[in-house]
Amino acid sequence: MSDVLQTMLKIGGLWKSFAGFVATRDVSFELKAGEIHAVIGPNGAGKTTFFNLITGHLRPDKGSVAFEGRDLVGLPPQRIVRLGIARSFQRINIYPRLSVFENVQVALIAHEGQQWNLFRPGRSLHREGTRELLELVGLAAEATETAGELSYGKQKQLELAIALASQPRLLLLDEPTAGMSPQETSETIASVRDIVKARGLTLLFTEHDMSVVFGIAERISVLHHGEMIASGAPDAVRNDPEVKRVYLGNNAHG
Amino acid sequence: MPQRNQLIASAALVVLLALLPLAGSRYAVDLTTEVLIYALFALSLNVLIGFTGNVSFGHAAYFAIGGYTCAILLTTYRWPLAISLPAAVVLAGLVAAVVGYFCVRLTQIYFAMLTLAFAMLVWGVAFKWKEVTGGDDGFTGINLPAMLTNHVSYFYFTLAVVTVAIAALWVICHSAFGLTLVAVRENNVRTGFIGVDTRRMRWAAFTVAGSFGGLAGALFGMYHRGMYIENAFWTESAQVLIMVLLGGMYSFVGPILGAATLHLLQVFTNQYTTYWPTVLGLILLVIVMVLPDGLIGLVSRVKARWGKT
Repeated sequence: MSDVLQTMLKIGGLWKSFAGFVATRDVSFELKAGEIHAVIGPNGAGKTTFFNLITGHLRPDKGSVAFEGRDLVGLPPQRIVRLGIARSFQRINIYPRLSVFENVQVALIAHEGQQWNLFRPGRSLHREGTRELLELVGLAAEATETAGELSYGKQKQLELAIALASQPRLLLLDEPTAGMSPQETSETIASVRDIVKARGLTLLFTEHDMSVVFGIAERISVLHHGEMIASGAPDAVRNDPEVKRVYLGNNAHG
Repeated sequence: MPQRNQLIASAALVVLLALLPLAGSRYAVDLTTEVLIYALFALSLNVLIGFTGNVSFGHAAYFAIGGYTCAILLTTYRWPLAISLPAAVVLAGLVAAVVGYFCVRLTQIYFAMLTLAFAMLVWGVAFKWKEVTGGDDGFTGINLPAMLTNHVSYFYFTLAVVTVAIAALWVICHSAFGLTLVAVRENNVRTGFIGVDTRRMRWAAFTVAGSFGGLAGALFGMYHRGMYIENAFWTESAQVLIMVLLGGMYSFVGPILGAATLHLLQVFTNQYTTYWPTVLGLILLVIVMVLPDGLIGLVSRVKARWGKT
């Protein structure tokens, strides 16, 4: 109760295994509204599984996921998006054969629930909103290009625009800078931070680049072999002996 | 303004077709009536294939349900056409909704096989329910309103109904709904994560396809004054699928072109040889090997080359 920030996402005792392999082991976790929170951990630590469990892509074996007090377990992705959680994917997940413009436009149509409108011409809808979002992520000049032909970094930006089109309160970005050059990485991170702050969003992201993580995260959680071994302010996590042992100390690259 | 040009070209085509009976060839009028019906049938299937990315092997089922329903209501029950025709569309749509409810739970080849299985069931009903459908003798002697018994007036009736139906399909395919179907086709998982229940979208597409397929079937039955169990057989489903592929499934007008080409080829081939299935096989071969985007794809490739030189 001492904290002025409200809990936005509360996860308790979350388990998930695949054919005997435990990918998520008794994870409990709390996310405060308005914070920028990083989930780190070596490859295979279960970061993406963790995201998939929150967003309804996977169903947990056990445990609870509550968003603003509402239980999410068992809800399909489309319901969870409508409650205010949007995500990007580690592997590019866009509409490669549609134009950049249409990629965002269809997300806005979906957000407004207009996918059931059989009469209004789809391409005439949300032109202004689409343009604004493309400008926000720096893709205004590429609007008419085929999305699949964009550079990798720009496809990542498009992912972000699609996620923002759902007007989430909580944004989940799965390795937003994976595969980017250091230059692109720092630009992307600055832009993500600006957008999140300007829109008053809560950000939960996974990342393996430590400079990125310690550059913008206000809180950090560490996953290791599916277990949440630490969660707290960056300095506390950096100095946590357990974290040092398994992750930062010997293999910062992951 | 490409959309405006499309509209003008379509209107011109309809006017041109309306003038066709003036040429005085009964053969040309009948052939065009058939092409119009098949064009609507192929377009209805393409809502599912081209727009939603779900290949159905059982589309003849809805064609047959529409055809038999309209025929039976007109003839056995003496209902007026103004009720029989809409009722046929509604029943085809309802059956598509029920079948689709199960089919959209599956994807890809499993989806296709389930559509085929249901279509075989429909064929079985048409075959076995002899007192209602006429079984393998077919349902003949359809009672048409007097004003449609003339082949020219039936042509105009078909032209009017098909024009309205194609216009409706055009609006649907280019609506927000249609664009979302394309999103489902392109990336089903992503579309769930922008807040769309993709299974319900596919279900709706299935129902729309079945309804318009039923309308095509009703027109077909009245044109031939009879419905036969072959109209429900899986080879009919394959034929309309080939029409879609031949014309080009990623274009709205492609299936119309495919239906016209395939039907005319079939009619002309049958005048000279009995080897239509062989010709059909060759056509399929050409599509798969050199025309993956169908005739429309070929047209745009030729255009692109001409544009450059």
